[in-house]
Amino acid sequence: MLKHFLTLEWKSFFRSASFKSNLAIKIFMVFGALYFMAVFLGLGIGAFYIIERQGWGDPLLVVNRFMIYYLVGDLYIRYMLQKMPITNIKPLLYLPINKSKIVAYSLGKTVVSFFNWSHAFFFVPFSVVLLVEGYSPIGVVGWHLAIMALFLCNNFLNVLVNNKDNVFYMLLGIFSLLGVCQYYELFNITDYTSPFFNTLYDLPWMAFLTWGLLIALATSAFTYFKRHMYLDAGLAGKKSMAKTEDYAWLNRFGNLGTFLKNDIKLIRRNKRSKTSVIMSFFFIFYGLFFFTGAVEAYDGPVWKIFAGIFISGGFLFSFGQFVPSWDSAYYPLMMSQNISYREYLTSKWYLIIIATAASTILASFYLYFGWDAYLAVIVGAIYNIGVNSYLVLWGGAYIKTPIDLTSNKKAFGDKQAFNSKTLLLTLPKLILPLGVYALGHYLISPTAGYIFVGMAGIIGFGFKNRVFALIEGIYKKEKYKTIAAYKQKA
Amino acid sequence: MISVQSLTKKYGESIVLNIENLEIPKGQSFGLVGNNGAGKTTFFSLMLDLIQPTTGHIVNNGVQVDSSEEWKPFTSAFIDETFLIGYLTPEEYFYFIGELRGRNKADVDALLERFKDFFHDEILGQKKYLRDLSKGNQKKAGIVASFIGDPEVIILDEPFANLDPTTQIKLKGIIKDLAASNEVTVLVSSHDLIHVTEVCERIVVLNKGELVRDIQTSTETLKELEVFFGG
Repeated sequence: MLKHFLTLEWKSFFRSASFKSNLAIKIFMVFGALYFMAVFLGLGIGAFYIIERQGWGDPLLVVNRFMIYYLVGDLYIRYMLQKMPITNIKPLLYLPINKSKIVAYSLGKTVVSFFNWSHAFFFVPFSVVLLVEGYSPIGVVGWHLAIMALFLCNNFLNVLVNNKDNVFYMLLGIFSLLGVCQYYELFNITDYTSPFFNTLYDLPWMAFLTWGLLIALATSAFTYFKRHMYLDAGLAGKKSMAKTEDYAWLNRFGNLGTFLKNDIKLIRRNKRSKTSVIMSFFFIFYGLFFFTGAVEAYDGPVWKIFAGIFISGGFLFSFGQFVPSWDSAYYPLMMSQNISYREYLTSKWYLIIIATAASTILASFYLYFGWDAYLAVIVGAIYNIGVNSYLVLWGGAYIKTPIDLTSNKKAFGDKQAFNSKTLLLTLPKLILPLGVYALGHYLISPTAGYIFVGMAGIIGFGFKNRVFALIEGIYKKEKYKTIAAYKQKA
Repeated sequence: MISVQSLTKKYGESIVLNIENLEIPKGQSFGLVGNNGAGKTTFFSLMLDLIQPTTGHIVNNGVQVDSSEEWKPFTSAFIDETFLIGYLTPEEYFYFIGELRGRNKADVDALLERFKDFFHDEILGQKKYLRDLSKGNQKKAGIVASFIGDPEVIILDEPFANLDPTTQIKLKGIIKDLAASNEVTVLVSSHDLIHVTEVCERIVVLNKGELVRDIQTSTETLKELEVFFGG
């Protein structure tokens, strides 16, 4: 039976439609994993001696003291990253396989995950060093086994609390509070927890207790999932309560308002688009690297414009870049409904303009770094509105990757988004304004540089109708290819 | 209303659709039947300019669909779930389509009122997004949305599939009413010979992309079709 499961796993990996990008991500992840292994290994061997040399006390006691935070941190990382592998088991449910076997397999899969064995890279060398340094062998073995059991307990805890956000955030809140308390020496939780971890060494048979706990957790996870192995229970996707919303105030914009309403709903109700917009919010703070002088390479005057463009253009880059892919799920509807391309594009354009203006206003805290800094932001915004807004819409015509709105996968970079045409279009987006500024800055004065970039934006703005006609033509030409590409689910 | 001239669609070497000539007069209820891969959806996609013909063209009410967009105001369709916007509630979706077709909320509400029976209390006021509705209910929403804005041409691909018996019978009634008005041209495709002979005045059979039968529906039609497909 296990053989069948394993071959299925193998095929699902190598035959997935997005295998290539998947592989790239996986290779990337392997490198990440190797890096962490090396770090842990180094820590495991080095920790003992570092602690000793720093004079923090008995290394084992020190490690035990912070063990509680290590465990909680581990649980946090698991909750964020480790997924319960339930999606692949739906087609197995009705086949003549015992439910127990399916559940056991799924849970077994979580046990062998990286999240469990990576810790061995710290604890195995650390324990070996303890033995070498003359700690009681039985004590060390008992302690090691007990800690191992506790990490596996985390594994099953994570499986059990999966998707119970409120419980999880409450725990997280409590422990960050405790951490803060400890830092300011108000209350020290480790005083209460470290004796427990110390006892694991002093009384090695305690290991049986932790293994008992592990078995109890594993069984409860097993029974929980076995009982909830139904499509409407453990295997059901989350369904949110829907509310019909009107946004009647947008009606005054006519047809444009209709699209804007839809786009607002698109952003608010889908995971993927929400992530993009949140990301674009963080772009606002990107300028801190430049204006605080934190990164030396960014100190040249030209870089200010670069910062200005990013600060005001977060939404433009993270959302605008994927127009029209946001509508990929229902593109045939958009193409056969009573919509003209011009209106469709204009509404997206307005959305970008509004977001750019809003970012510029939010970024007014850069005034703290002087007028000069904020002026760079404003000039960047003008350029974004006048030139870059067209360029992202233009580039969008060539990006034919359908977006799965309900999943966050690939939100951070998609290989296909970087084809040669879009890459070529980034040139005028980022490099050209730098050049224009440099021209004014070095030939005349910094102010002239700002004026030049601003002028470029204003001139671009003036050509709106002509540029839109051009972009419209490209969208029309690419229409059939785009529809066909969106049909192929990633 | 609709005229097709020497229309072909090729993918590589294989010809998936080849219609020499086809005229559909205004107000006709037109049925398209054929096995899987016969070219039904291809034909409808060509009518909506979602794919490009290899040769020939379709003229819809005087507008050549692959060169002008003027057919959009009077044509509506429901082909599959890509015509639904998953993150909207059914109401929002209907209003959205309504606004695109120049109908205000009151107009849309009035239309929906007529289909209350058809919805069977499973579409409106459900606090669910379209993506969370069952396949059958999604289809109901999509079909009704295609009636918004008094279109002159309505294209429905496999409207009966996935629907429960009660809804199938109601849908037949709705399509018959539309056909009776003589203002609306309805194009329906189906695998179900009984349904299609019941609602359509004219039935065209496609087989591997070729038009092989063109029948004015009569009492004999069902038998004729059964012989064709059974033989």
